[in-house]
Amino acid sequence: MSVAVAPAFAADQIFVALKYWLVLHTPGPFQTLVSILLTIIPIIVVFPALFAVTTVLERKGLGRIQNRYGPNRVGPWGVFQPLADAVKSLTKEDIVPRSADHVVHYLAPLVLVATAFLAFAVLPIGRNMTAVNLDAGVLFFFAIGAATELAVFMAGWSSRNKYSLLGAMRAIAQMISYEIPLILSSVAVIMISGTLSTTRIVDEQAHYTGTVAHWNVFTPWGLAGFILFMIAATAETNRSPFDLPEGESEIIAGYFIEYSGFKFALFFLAEYLEMFAVSGLGITLFLGGWSSPFSFLAWIPSWIWFFGKLLALIVGFIWVRGTLPRLRMDQLMNFAWKFMLPMTLVVIVSAGVWRFLPAGVAGSAALGGVIRWLVCALVVAGPYIALARVLERGRKIEKRTYRYAE
Amino acid sequence: MRMTLPFLILAILTLAGGVAAMTLRRLVHCALALSVAFAGLAALYLNLDAEFAGLAQLLVYVGAIAILIVFAILLTRGGDSDAEKSFSPAGIGGAVIALAVFAVLAWATETSGIAHPALVTPPPESAMREIGLALMQRYVLPLEVIALMLTAAMIGAVILAVRERRNPAGTESAERPGLGA
Amino acid sequence: MLGEGIIQGLMETARNFFGSYVEKERLVTVQFPEERRSLPEATRQFPFLLYDGDDPERGLRCVSCQICEKECPPRCIHIEKSKDRKPDFVGKQQFYPAVFNIDVSVCMSCQICVEVCPFDAIRMDTEFELSTSDRFGGLLWTKRELARSNEYYRQIHPTEAGECDERRAKELADAQAKAAAAAAAAAAKAAQAAAAPAAASNGAPGSGAKSEPAKKVVTQ
Repeated sequence: MSVAVAPAFAADQIFVALKYWLVLHTPGPFQTLVSILLTIIPIIVVFPALFAVTTVLERKGLGRIQNRYGPNRVGPWGVFQPLADAVKSLTKEDIVPRSADHVVHYLAPLVLVATAFLAFAVLPIGRNMTAVNLDAGVLFFFAIGAATELAVFMAGWSSRNKYSLLGAMRAIAQMISYEIPLILSSVAVIMISGTLSTTRIVDEQAHYTGTVAHWNVFTPWGLAGFILFMIAATAETNRSPFDLPEGESEIIAGYFIEYSGFKFALFFLAEYLEMFAVSGLGITLFLGGWSSPFSFLAWIPSWIWFFGKLLALIVGFIWVRGTLPRLRMDQLMNFAWKFMLPMTLVVIVSAGVWRFLPAGVAGSAALGGVIRWLVCALVVAGPYIALARVLERGRKIEKRTYRYAE
Repeated sequence: MRMTLPFLILAILTLAGGVAAMTLRRLVHCALALSVAFAGLAALYLNLDAEFAGLAQLLVYVGAIAILIVFAILLTRGGDSDAEKSFSPAGIGGAVIALAVFAVLAWATETSGIAHPALVTPPPESAMREIGLALMQRYVLPLEVIALMLTAAMIGAVILAVRERRNPAGTESAERPGLGA
Repeated sequence: MLGEGIIQGLMETARNFFGSYVEKERLVTVQFPEERRSLPEATRQFPFLLYDGDDPERGLRCVSCQICEKECPPRCIHIEKSKDRKPDFVGKQQFYPAVFNIDVSVCMSCQICVEVCPFDAIRMDTEFELSTSDRFGGLLWTKRELARSNEYYRQIHPTEAGECDERRAKELADAQAKAAAAAAAAAAKAAQAAAAPAAASNGAPGSGAKSEPAKKVVTQ
């Protein structure tokens, strides 16, 4: 029933082959070192480059969403804007408040960026292209994610500024609250694949029934889990509409208010890297990692698939940022505990049902598959509708009118 | 046991973190140094191929305990340094106890099989799977009991917090009327 | 249904996104240095000094009364009165500013100097591209840099300039009528006293000076 489809090998494995060729042509004692460097350096180069691309994409996209042009001055259509930004942030004065805790203030952005980079270690960005194939890859990812909270606290506390402290408190409270739905929605995938290794989770999904891949997102629990995962990921990376920790209109920039110049750029970099990393994990868990959705598209190299999906998710992030206004603190917490947590539990139950329902019934695989799909969809949709009813009870939604404006 | 370079680096890091946590003046610095010690310990576990223990150490201690300590410091005293000296006579007693614990642990390690590498069984190929199966099959009852206890503790904490808040204004106002609506 | 509004919002922003590529009229921004939007007539930035005629030195309306200097809240105006006098547009002998400086970096564009000026000599400019590499000297404007012709004023504030010119034309006409009356009276007196025809037309002081602005006012 499930068929693994062989890819067009040469283009797919070009980077893996290149690495082996380079390692083979280095003298023996340095082979380990060169191998490690060749694993690390692409990550350190590619993802910041993607950060640069994303900043200009985001600014242009947000501009268009607001019926503006966006940056269009530096180079054709403003594509060299990131270079201008880089030059600006590098040449700006690095200001440290006099009463700041200098050591911690200095360390905070470094710790943040370092942990953000570490998260990429377990992401399979292509076939045979996982930097570190850990047996507990997903666990590693969340453990590293936990360390970023400490870095955020270091930044907020060491600046000796009430806004930065408030921002850090908000950020930590939000990160802890949304880590629970983030992890719980991943648990459903882990339950089904029976492994914590990111590589094997992707391998499980890179099979095809007919022409359609076994991506988790094609199952009812997977779809719901993916949506919940991405919502939690948005909150986890402090992206709008969950950008309370850095709400410009309230606490100016939150925990990195007292950072300027290159350190500020590092915070920005870390924020985007976290976004890429958590999107990458979402791709790994739900969107089949580097695999193609249809077997007839498998000739496209796996790393193109991964980065294509990553770009699609980034576009989604930008779209949501351009659409939704910032939440209030109580709305944020209510949403986490009253909606996200119950729904992730429902997703886990649905995944359990999926696991134990037979895929084929009465000799017909197709009918069995459809029945299983519908039952699991019902398990997710029923509680969702009930929860929506409960949450909307007593809330009258009407068009807001303004007394003085207009 | 052979003292490899990574082990030495991590051991020094862990010990330095611990010593710093004991000697630094500012409470927040102590908490940060403590999390360095936690992270060093986690790295030591990882160095010993105990992936689950290492990552759980990182997740629980650096991700949760350190944050909890930091939050407690922030919400109580604002992390200000206290002028008093960090040395006190009770420290001597603490040092004695620490030495005693260390002696017992060293004795236990020396007499166990770990001191004799020939007796050590190789780690299982897929430790994560083994741990998962053990937790879900053999130790499922203790696991459930712990889960129940933690849930009870959490509900208790919520009840305590809610009772405090209900006093002044009744229920919190989650919905605010729209301007001029 | 929960989440419906979010979908609607996403649709709306998607419509904006794609619409901004298709319909140009959606775009609200003006690409500034190349495209410019016409400024509203009431725009005001910083003050300038008005002069009549072609010579900013001779035609300067300011009589150095220093009211604006005293009224200026941030005290950005500095005036030094001249020792000698020169005739104004009606021909009266007036002082003129030997030095008239405005520190634009201090000016707060309040327009009080314009409100208090009894001689219609100071007005607000609409020019806003004033950046300079010299932070102190470049923003301290002297009399020469401040002077603008009446034509320029009519260009940037047509309504206001029209009123101002009307008023001044009336003032001039009054002054001329008065001068004519005085001349007539003097002529009559002279005729009475000496019973001889008096050359009153060129006898009145400043009559040569006043004829020039009078012509201007009429052409406006």
